[in-house]
Amino acid sequence: MQHIRAHVLVCGGTACKSSGSQKVRDAFARYLEEYKLQDEVMLVETGCHGFCEHGPLVIVYPEGTFYCRVTADDVKEIVEQHLYKGRIVERLLYREPLTQEQVPNYDEIGFYKKQHRIVLANCGEIDPENVGEYIAVGGYEALGKALTQMSPEQVVEEVKKSGLRGRGGGGFPTGLKWQFAKASVSDKKYVICNADEGDPGAFMDRSVLEGDPHRVLEGMAICGYAIGADEGYIYVRAEYPLAIKRLRVAIAQAEEAGLLGKNIFGSGFDFTIHIKEGAGAFVCGEETALMASIEGKRGMPRPRPPFPAVSGLWGKPTNINNVETFANVAQIINNGAEWYSRFGTEKSKGTKVFALTGKINNTGLAEVPMGITMREIIYDIGGGITNGKKFKAVQIGGPSGGCLPESMLDLPVDYDSLIAAGAMMGSGGLVVMDEDTCMVDVAKFFLTFTQSESCGKCTPCREGTKRMLEILTRITEGEGREGDIELLESLAENIKATALCGLGQSAPNPVLSTLRYFRHEYEEHIKNKRCPAGACEKMLSYVIGDDCKGCTKCARNCPVQAISGAVKQKHVIDQSKCIKCGACMAGCPFKAITKG
Amino acid sequence: MSRKETEGACFEKREQVDAILAEYEGKKGTLIPILQEVQNLYNYLPREALEYVAERTGVPIAEIYGVVTFYSLFHLDPRGRNIIRACQGTACHVRGGKSVLQALEKELGIKAGQTTKDLRFTLETVACIGACGLAPVMQINQDTHGRLTPEKIKAILAGYR
Repeated sequence: MQHIRAHVLVCGGTACKSSGSQKVRDAFARYLEEYKLQDEVMLVETGCHGFCEHGPLVIVYPEGTFYCRVTADDVKEIVEQHLYKGRIVERLLYREPLTQEQVPNYDEIGFYKKQHRIVLANCGEIDPENVGEYIAVGGYEALGKALTQMSPEQVVEEVKKSGLRGRGGGGFPTGLKWQFAKASVSDKKYVICNADEGDPGAFMDRSVLEGDPHRVLEGMAICGYAIGADEGYIYVRAEYPLAIKRLRVAIAQAEEAGLLGKNIFGSGFDFTIHIKEGAGAFVCGEETALMASIEGKRGMPRPRPPFPAVSGLWGKPTNINNVETFANVAQIINNGAEWYSRFGTEKSKGTKVFALTGKINNTGLAEVPMGITMREIIYDIGGGITNGKKFKAVQIGGPSGGCLPESMLDLPVDYDSLIAAGAMMGSGGLVVMDEDTCMVDVAKFFLTFTQSESCGKCTPCREGTKRMLEILTRITEGEGREGDIELLESLAENIKATALCGLGQSAPNPVLSTLRYFRHEYEEHIKNKRCPAGACEKMLSYVIGDDCKGCTKCARNCPVQAISGAVKQKHVIDQSKCIKCGACMAGCPFKAITKG
Repeated sequence: MSRKETEGACFEKREQVDAILAEYEGKKGTLIPILQEVQNLYNYLPREALEYVAERTGVPIAEIYGVVTFYSLFHLDPRGRNIIRACQGTACHVRGGKSVLQALEKELGIKAGQTTKDLRFTLETVACIGACGLAPVMQINQDTHGRLTPEKIKAILAGYR
């Protein structure tokens, strides 16, 4: 047997791929051969490690050395120095942004130290296109245990006891959902995995599907056994081509190995899984709309009850869970409900994966125990705000969520405390905003999104969000009127109370939460026609100050010839011509131009 | 249109459309995958092809039109050889996604939603492609380009003919 003394893991997630990880991988293959190391060093392309900001990532085991922003040109050095001579290539190590200290090892990096990886345990560690690697780390053991040692009742009971709640946003207890679907009597039932991850700013489901697809398949099969379904669908966004490809490979390999299909583990249980590609509609993340879309119709929600557990896909009892929810199931069955419920808070058990984005140093995916504070996530894991700017707000939960200010940073992150604070867990997107972000503009941004994605079936959402957007637009354009804030509030409350589906009911949340915590910014826009963050273009003006040396650069940069002035004389901007593009300010060598 | 007329229907790539329809025959919930495959064939959904699909599947053309116009990934007009999707998601928004879109519009001389006259590029916006760690991002065909600035746009576009 050949002896493998080292493993080189190259991240093949979407983010690292777009940063050039394919070339890095190819270079490794070439140089390992050149140095005749190909038989003792194994090269593996993995799924996402989560630390996307520093991609392409390369990890060398057994040491666990973590190299970041590796380019194809660095590969020769890593092979020659590290793999051949045993010397770590220090210049490629990660540096902590606050201390500038170099950290050689994966698990000592601040970004990873506070994480607890259950869902992401295998992401970045195994080859997602090789079912053997998943099995080697304990994959499909839970399915085997469920099918051969547990009754469907026991499986449902175990999931109930674990306290797992839906990770797609709603937070409904998963075990209870399964129990309802199990209780429905029918000749046919379905399991659906909701992988229509449409919330802007969330990409944990994509990473799980790309990095560890079998874990999701295993969770679905266990669910199928528990509720008595023999067929499953994964509804994936078409915007995720790599996830779709890896799922196809995974399903084929699992069928080949007898882990899906007929008579799994000789238990008499059959389960097949199909992939359905979405066609680009945010509302299809709502469960009844998603089922309509699988049936080939326009993806519009319908009133509930009947709930899908009673009448779902093609009128049959159906259980729908999100990707991350299914990804927790195998570990719960393997290690037991008691083990799982040790993580998290009293009412929110386990871990949650958050996508850290926006003005934060360490963008990427982080899985943390529920109940950790927002401050720990943003500063200890996320490494703080970029360019040393001041934290202003964090948007959590996508278009259904809300913005939380500095004063809420010590809030423990769980389902219930977030709702009480006016936000929601949502799918777990965290977009960090600094002092340059205008909160009225952010509210307008989300309303623009929900308005264009509103399916149009119910009036409160279709018309209500349109009216709200009109008001927000005029506020950001300096046309805000006395009474606009109150009008926004009353519209928001009405939409919340009367819209048909969860998306409509939660659409006003970004407005309500910014009004709750940043009301003064709205007032400033309306009363003083000023945007305190300097973000709303229409209210902005650029002014040349006394530091101007008359170099004429701004006049030449201006695309609309709005700047005039003689050489070595102070220049002036004609405000009636200015289009507020900012080219003058960006190019001024004397920093003489200010906006306000 | 009667059955007889469509049997003789003559339009480009009809055999391939027939093959797609045959693949899904007798299965449920196939309208969207059929449309996706037909669109892959032409890069958009030509009227004749849709009418043919309606006739063959028995789904009324009005219903097909309803589905096509509901989903943002279906297109009724010819599209460019290269599809640019500039992300306008939250993370991209706070990291300057708008200025990247403006640079694309300026460079291509078209607005979002339009196609260049030479059919080389179609420019679209997308709400999120889930590569937020690299914001601002855009997708050209299947490639994702991240950490964009308006200055990088010209060089990237040059790589697509």
